[in-house]
Amino acid sequence: MAEAQIARELPLAGRAAGGASVSITPAEPAMRVSLRAPQESIAAVSKGLGIDLPTRPKQSAVAGARSVLWLGPDEWLVIEEGDRDPMADLARATALHSAVDVSHRNTAILVTGTQVADVLNAGCPQDLSLEAFPVGACSRTVMGKIEVVLFRTAEDAFRVECWRSFSDYAFEFLRDAARGL
Amino acid sequence: MLLIHCPYCGEERPELEFRHAGEAHIARPENIAEISDEDFAHYFFYRDNPKGVTFERWRHMHGCGRFFNAVRDSVSDKFLTTYKAGEPKPDIADAANENQINTSKGQGAK
Ligand SMILES: [Zn+2]
Repeated sequence: MAEAQIARELPLAGRAAGGASVSITPAEPAMRVSLRAPQESIAAVSKGLGIDLPTRPKQSAVAGARSVLWLGPDEWLVIEEGDRDPMADLARATALHSAVDVSHRNTAILVTGTQVADVLNAGCPQDLSLEAFPVGACSRTVMGKIEVVLFRTAEDAFRVECWRSFSDYAFEFLRDAARGL
Repeated sequence: MLLIHCPYCGEERPELEFRHAGEAHIARPENIAEISDEDFAHYFFYRDNPKGVTFERWRHMHGCGRFFNAVRDSVSDKFLTTYKAGEPKPDIADAANENQINTSKGQGAK
């Protein structure tokens, strides 16, 4: 049987927004996994994935092009920006876990600049100060009318993961927020 | 906006991340196939809905996703405490009394 060739398009391809103190751009395509695992499986799943799963709230772990974000006591979001398929790595872990490929459910927006927290706080009620939300912190939360996952990758940089069908709303919301600075 | 302490995240988070999920500490009957329709109705539908201190389930829906329990005063809307699902009902007499004083002060001002 012939392999189907499917062209993959970023929903936000070509967009850009922001100004002097903040820049808003779509992130490159990435592989993502919604991962669930009980306490007893964490060691084995970590080994398969090549990263120790973070176990503290808002904590992330990064190794190379792969990030693992704590979303809940038994739930993580794996983001792979390179070409090592995390699903294949997880398939080698035989301990009980659930891994669902959500690469195309999500897309991401990169927001950077000195006023990045102000822009996000236009729609996100969490405390995004460096004390409460330091570099490496991550959290599922809300932004405007949608759910997002925030990941602070630098003092002045956030990755905003949102569902693909909400990405237009998310991008335009951020554009509007930046306009109000 | 209310700040609600999530016992799983270990910090106060904005109420927009949470959903109310009904009365807490309602145990599902273990012999549910054998109980009468009336008993089932009481288990499934009937709620106390007290005025004052209530025990409630909440879910950190747009956060860690966990269900947990909260003690809230339905008059003042103040959260007295929150605790993980499965933990016993906390002794909230002190907190409730303190809240009662605050509440009566509030009513006196009206
Ligand atoms: Zn939580």
